[in-house]
Amino acid sequence: MKELVVISGKGGTGKTSLVASFAALAGRVVTSDCDVDAADLHLLLEPEIKQRNHFSGGKVASIIPNLCNGCGKCEELCRYDAVARVTRGREQVSAKSSGKTAGDEEHGTARHDKKRRVAANNGMETHTDDTLYTIDKIACEGCGVCAYFCPQDAISFDDEENGEWYVSSTRFGPMTHARLLPGAENSGKLVTIVRKEAKRIAEECGIDLVMIDSSPGIGCPVIASVSGADLAVVVTEPTMSGLHDLERVVELTSHFDIETAVVVNKYDINEGLTADIEEFAKRSGIGMLGGIRYDEAVTRAQIEGATVVEFSDGPASKDIRRIWKSVEKLITRVGK
Amino acid sequence: MRIAIASGKGGTGKTTIAVNLAALLAESEDSAVTYADCDVEEPNGHIFLAPRIDTSEAVTIPVPVIDEDLCTVCGACSSFCQYKAIATLPDRVMIFDELCHGCGGCKLICGEDAIREEPREVGTVETGSSVIAEGGATVEFVQGRLRVKEIQAVPVIKAVKKRLPGQGISILDAPPGTSCPMVEAVRGSDLVLLVTEPTPFGLHDLEIAVETVKQLGMKAAVVVNRSDIGDDRVRRYCDRVKLEIIAEVPNSREIAEAYSRGKLLTGRIDSFTTQIQGMIPTIFELAASPR
Repeated sequence: MKELVVISGKGGTGKTSLVASFAALAGRVVTSDCDVDAADLHLLLEPEIKQRNHFSGGKVASIIPNLCNGCGKCEELCRYDAVARVTRGREQVSAKSSGKTAGDEEHGTARHDKKRRVAANNGMETHTDDTLYTIDKIACEGCGVCAYFCPQDAISFDDEENGEWYVSSTRFGPMTHARLLPGAENSGKLVTIVRKEAKRIAEECGIDLVMIDSSPGIGCPVIASVSGADLAVVVTEPTMSGLHDLERVVELTSHFDIETAVVVNKYDINEGLTADIEEFAKRSGIGMLGGIRYDEAVTRAQIEGATVVEFSDGPASKDIRRIWKSVEKLITRVGK
Repeated sequence: MRIAIASGKGGTGKTTIAVNLAALLAESEDSAVTYADCDVEEPNGHIFLAPRIDTSEAVTIPVPVIDEDLCTVCGACSSFCQYKAIATLPDRVMIFDELCHGCGGCKLICGEDAIREEPREVGTVETGSSVIAEGGATVEFVQGRLRVKEIQAVPVIKAVKKRLPGQGISILDAPPGTSCPMVEAVRGSDLVLLVTEPTPFGLHDLEIAVETVKQLGMKAAVVVNRSDIGDDRVRRYCDRVKLEIIAEVPNSREIAEAYSRGKLLTGRIDSFTTQIQGMIPTIFELAASPR
């Protein structure tokens, strides 16, 4: 069983469109959409969700207003500017403006009711001071320092609901995908889960190829998508930006020792830069899989919810089919 | 005034809009204009603005270093760490630098005072300036660059934002996506311009970006790039959620080619220049308006 991951460095080069067409040409394959914060593959593969799972990327701290005595220890210790001082009674206003409601700060659990009772019993003054603190859930990085060191034990520290991941079936085979909630952290962790599940399904079903659609960039979700993969196909475009970003993403794959090959999408927009990309590939010891011509059918296929190779027989479709043949040959040669 | 240019979907034209908007503003406005590249994983603004770089500094995260003479291998630090950056082995403690978020918790919790912190470089932040035209209009330039194989873009983005001037107009070029790097780049801005394309992928990712911006309580407006390549679902969506489309740039081979060569479009392609110029009054109006 082999894992093929499609990356780009630069955004918008055509990863998802290419993964979808490859899936159509591959016969039976497990696809895995690891672009978890802007997932689009499902728009072409039309997955039928079989299983839904919750995802928590980490914890988040939350100050219980009734227990806060405004000492400011949390603000002193927080390294992420996530703690703000507010006037008591105004915490609802500030909470609303950061997208939360005061209800988020209250917990109806027995544990917190007990805390309140304990505080009252010890005669702690929790309401004499007008000042208290709130935590910005979005800025909070879930380190736990404030919660641990709060002298009043006024900070809860709980798992944050960051998204969902799914196991689905498509016309090309099983698919794993996810939805990260806006602004969420630790997309790398969710990517790892989605990928692991795809591998497990492939092994269980006797499918010998997992095809991974990843996100742009070189950060943690991309790293989680590529590490351990058998082949990385980089989709780039013949632009200065494309080449610059290609260099950085190839530095990443070579660091992880992953066999890498390049596809130049819309190569006929600038054949000079396409030649520069080929030069770079040769110098860096990475494979050149070829180019795909600019073709309006790519967008029309997307609008119809179809893959390019299902929708059209035009230039892009022909080029993609040719490239797929090279990818098939390459993937049998590489990997574990 | 701070304007962030974001998108959701990659490759919609954020950098194109950001660098050209900055260039036009520098030529037309009296205030100082700054372009800040917050797409620290793949910064491209420098290609178009060709800045002279004046300063370059390391962006660091404080990571723990264990004094093995003082360490009793009690395991308190590894139990505390939320990021699995510390592992307690039978005879010593191991640190996984690249996972550390620099929260300082392990150092605080160590009962033996056996942990000190040292700065670890995760990227660089540079400042400089670009001369735009023969007229000598200048765009101040800030860019962050994440070190390849580092996972934490956010500290580098924060470093870029720290170097924004307190006055004048700042244009922040945000990364694609809607997770923490994009959020860090856009928060604190007066207005977020969401650049999209009229395709199913463009629409889907725009919806997620809009939800993100709304959760942050920020104002937003939309720029539709390659406005004639797809269908009208993006426009209908913007109508439905009452988001103003402040510019529509038709697809153009001429633009694509100039972009591919790394050229600024203003002063080169009139139709594009007119479109961008046309949205400037609306940008000022929206940025200044109450939430």
